[in-house]
Amino acid sequence: MEHGNLVVSSSPHIRSKESVNSIMYNVIIALLPATVAAIYFFRLRAFLLIAVSIIAAIAAEAIILKIRKKPIAINDGSAIITGLLLALTISPAMPLWMAVVGSVVSIGIGKQVYGGLGSNPFNPALVGRAFLIITFPVQMTTWINPIDGLATATPLGLQKMEGIGTGYLELLLGNVGGSLGETSALLLLIGGLYLIYKGIIRWYIPVSYLGTVAAMSLILGSDPIFQLLSGGLMLGAFFMATDMVTSPVTKKGQLIFGIGAGLITIIVRLYGGYPEGVLFSILLMNIFTPIIDKYAMPKIYGEVKSK
Amino acid sequence: MKKLTFKGGTHPPHSKKATEKLALEKANAPKIVVIPMQQHIGAPCDPIVAVGDEVKVGQKIGEAKGFVSVPVHSSVSGKVTAIEPRLYSGGTKVTCVVIESDMQDTIHESVTSKGSLEALSADDIKNIIKEAGIVGMGGAAFPTHVKLAPPPEKNVDTVILNGAECEPYLTADHRLMLENPEDVVYGLQAFMKALNVSKGYIGIEDNKMDAIEAMEKAAQGKEGIEVVALHAKYPQGAEKQLIYACTKREVPSGGLPADARVVVNNVGTAAAVAKAIKTGMPLVERIVTITGEGISNPKNLFVKIGTSFREVIEQCGGFKGNPQKIIAGGPMMGIAQFNIDIPVIKGTSGILTLSENELQLSDPLACIKCGRCIEVCPIGLLPTKLESFSSRNMLMEAENYHVLDCIECGSCSFICPAKRRLVESIRLGKAQVMAEKRKAKA
Ligand code: SF4
Ligand code: SF4
Repeated sequence: MEHGNLVVSSSPHIRSKESVNSIMYNVIIALLPATVAAIYFFRLRAFLLIAVSIIAAIAAEAIILKIRKKPIAINDGSAIITGLLLALTISPAMPLWMAVVGSVVSIGIGKQVYGGLGSNPFNPALVGRAFLIITFPVQMTTWINPIDGLATATPLGLQKMEGIGTGYLELLLGNVGGSLGETSALLLLIGGLYLIYKGIIRWYIPVSYLGTVAAMSLILGSDPIFQLLSGGLMLGAFFMATDMVTSPVTKKGQLIFGIGAGLITIIVRLYGGYPEGVLFSILLMNIFTPIIDKYAMPKIYGEVKSK
Repeated sequence: MKKLTFKGGTHPPHSKKATEKLALEKANAPKIVVIPMQQHIGAPCDPIVAVGDEVKVGQKIGEAKGFVSVPVHSSVSGKVTAIEPRLYSGGTKVTCVVIESDMQDTIHESVTSKGSLEALSADDIKNIIKEAGIVGMGGAAFPTHVKLAPPPEKNVDTVILNGAECEPYLTADHRLMLENPEDVVYGLQAFMKALNVSKGYIGIEDNKMDAIEAMEKAAQGKEGIEVVALHAKYPQGAEKQLIYACTKREVPSGGLPADARVVVNNVGTAAAVAKAIKTGMPLVERIVTITGEGISNPKNLFVKIGTSFREVIEQCGGFKGNPQKIIAGGPMMGIAQFNIDIPVIKGTSGILTLSENELQLSDPLACIKCGRCIEVCPIGLLPTKLESFSSRNMLMEAENYHVLDCIECGSCSFICPAKRRLVESIRLGKAQVMAEKRKAKA
């Protein structure tokens, strides 16, 4: 009875089935309903923007990894997510080349300059979006109505600038002006719940984030349901604030992160110069992540002084 | 039934189906046994036999040196053919006594019943346990009599028997509790008497409901003994986690179970104690689960100490396919072996042969800070941080982040989606921090 060369490595000898790839692909699956809806509402324009953003993100990742002489790890799916998330946050009226710029900035400045996946302090897609807002403010805030394709404002913009409300049902289904994927709250919610159900993300950030927004709207005299359903909140709360790399690692830390992001969002929305605050809230909280991680440590077993 | 548990932990697949329903069998008698003089934590034994000597079953062949040490006995009758260093499952060479069996299994004269438990004093019990060479049979192999002698000021008031068997694949303790629950209870009573305590728990994971029932039946009417169902979650059988689950007490950082007024022993150890008292037979045989996808016929066997892995595997129909890894112990904390010409020892709870499919070998990727390792760590540590401190030699930081509290359970490495070798690095960091501390003291 013989055996070949035996693997002699350190315990544990079995590993869970979950991998970085499986996490990333589950996130993509969770984004699909909203992506399909974006294409349904905004047709070819949406399809092209999404396709171009994803391809640009993958290409940028591959080229930069090649230059850095690192293994081309684009099949981990993270570049696809970055491209897709960015596309979902931009206006359907955006010229394609600007989306390409956004994707390249997301990957290059948002991620690879820090050393690639795992080392970036900010959510890459949000870095790209912030760059686009500063560089192309007009195109980033020109919205079109999904029904007639005419220029319109977002529900948050309408509410803030002109005091015009939008019905809950329209907000839920996405029949409103806004960026590609931010319009249908319902489909984003379904995707987010899928991620929680699958154990990919925990509920701590989305619940504390959304909960804070709702509670603060009530206190400050705004309509909480409107606040929850409009703008980029659902996308941000389930898909961006929960980005593992850039959010705290412990439960306590994630709750603090969510509450902080909720506070900033509502303050910007109600008192700031912009109608939407999700982007800034998450980027700002990304800055605090290392500090939160430092102080929100789990309780250690037996951490009482030995006599 | 209320089920108890601890904080953190993870759920590796149980993989116990192959053997949990298989009754214990006696392994074929080995022709040759190789008995290491060190099978326990502590000082090695000195051989007290010489090449050419005739020995019998249960005869002492190695004398303990010092308090933290236990003697070693022959598991067969026959002739000593060599005393030399041989490879054992710890990965190094140790002095071994090699005995060629005469296949008679003649029992040594010293093996006689020690009388009834009632008639024995606490010191008698501790002495019997030491002389029988009994060590923790869950895998760590710490001398049992040492655990039974905590400093009196610790006021130990509870004994817990560990029947959790939280390591996947292994079913040795499960079968023992089903087939011989009386001895387990008897052993627990002996521990309680030796420690002069009135409370005893037997903790069993709820994936072994039949064992819980069998133990409850055996414990019925025995004063102070309670069988508790524990959630099946890894590492439920780790000492600190078991103590918390049963008593809600925490062992202070850097302390021993006795600091939580508890002593923990394995159910297998209890059964060995019962045997040593009732029949006088020292620890010369143990139950081993031989399993994994790489084995033709998985089994639970009574194996004589010193039998080679090779013989045991042959009895299980040999390998199936191309085995990738052979492990002494369970898949979470066991030790991978270079070859199979090594003996079964007192701490060998399982011989696991894993196929490629079970191993899931893959290269580590960058940490994506998912926090999974933190969530599962039963101690509440930050494995991802400890790993990076350890691998960058930042020993001060590692110590400040409690690297010494790591129980090396492997939950963090198991769960990590980036397949990082967390516990491997942490273990090294821990060893270095301890070495530094020792240096600082000296
Ligand atoms: S850090 Fe240590 S105690 Fe925590 S999960 Fe990893 S091996 Fe277990
Ligand atoms: S489980 Fe792995 S990837 Fe996740 S935080 Fe821990 S080390 Fe990083």
